Amino acid sequence: MAGALILAALGGGTVAVFIALRLWVVFHHQVVPRESLSLLVVAGSGGHTTEILRLLGNLSNAYSPRHYIFADTDEMSAHKIRSFELDRAERYSSTVYTTDRIPRSREVRQSWLSTVLTTLYSMLYSFPLTFRLKPDLVLCNGPGTCVPICLSALLLGILGIKKVIIVYVESVCRVETLSLSGKILYYLSDYFVVQWPTLKEKYPKSVYFGRIV
Amino acid sequence: MKCLFVTVGTTSFDDLIACVSAQDSLQIIKSLGYSRLVLQIGRGTVVPEPFSTESFTLDVYRYKDSLKEDLQKADLVISHAGAGSCLETLEKGKPLVVVINEKLMNNHQLELAKQLHKEGHLFYCTCSEKPLEHFKQRNYFMHASWAVTVNGLINTEMFSSWPARKIFYIFG
Repeated sequence: MAGALILAALGGGTVAVFIALRLWVVFHHQVVPRESLSLLVVAGSGGHTTEILRLLGNLSNAYSPRHYIFADTDEMSAHKIRSFELDRAERYSSTVYTTDRIPRSREVRQSWLSTVLTTLYSMLYSFPLTFRLKPDLVLCNGPGTCVPICLSALLLGILGIKKVIIVYVESVCRVETLSLSGKILYYLSDYFVVQWPTLKEKYPKSVYFGRIV
Repeated sequence: MKCLFVTVGTTSFDDLIACVSAQDSLQIIKSLGYSRLVLQIGRGTVVPEPFSTESFTLDVYRYKDSLKEDLQKADLVISHAGAGSCLETLEKGKPLVVVINEKLMNNHQLELAKQLHKEGHLFYCTCSEKPLEHFKQRNYFMHASWAVTVNGLINTEMFSSWPARKIFYIFG
């Protein structure tokens, strides 16, 4: 009886230490410079997609291939992304991109508790998808859709499958306060970019380059 | 032929569309010398009837692939407070008046409108403040048409001269 308890404790302790170590490795990972990075881009509704496409317009072709993920109910984003990539194909010869959809993790004005449940549900889709794509970098700018994806990317790191760099760019709309996704991902992202100096003061670990969209 | 362009992006902003297309608003718009009003109504449920007379035209549509052309032809833009709409308009050097949609929950768009107003790039108000009368009383339209020749250009230069730097060198 006592033996079983001791074994259970040892087992539990080992798992805990393992997870702690993995978390430490994930959060203290040194960025290795490389020639190209595959991107996973999270597109949200309306303005979020417009902003992230403006951001992508400034990135070099080293950020290739680009995998876009958006909510299954979002037709407008699908259309904008197609136009953006067609345009890009005219300027850069080797342009590769894919699109995938996942269930929306949160409708506007949805209650907090049901949001947790729908986010977990979204993870059932976003984790296998992130696992399949294994991007080098996840880029997102705030829609609820990005939380399950970033959590999935973190999980890939924790499980030792792949270290995925998470870059969160807060919307240019956010001058004084962070969005809900921002407040969550401030602690989980590798680079948290804000576009106004007030936010840089309030959130010292963030990165500020001025307006980048 | 002065043209006024109203845009609500991908949202639904019935209050603004209804307000701008009401008879008394049309009167004000005509009296300020505009002969064309274009309404981009997005997902809205209020759909005014387009019409065309000798002296005035009203065009209405939901979406276009790109608003570049309409923005280019506009002498004044009235917009919802979306970042995309504001940035696109200001980059074209067009005077911009922003109307806040008070029915949006925890109105984060207000932050951007306030900040851009503080820096002198646009004027803003809410729908309950009867935007067109509000602006006419305060001569904002007069300022707006003056702004496009001097202030608007200077202000949009300031705005677009902020570093829009490439971020790839940090990660690559």
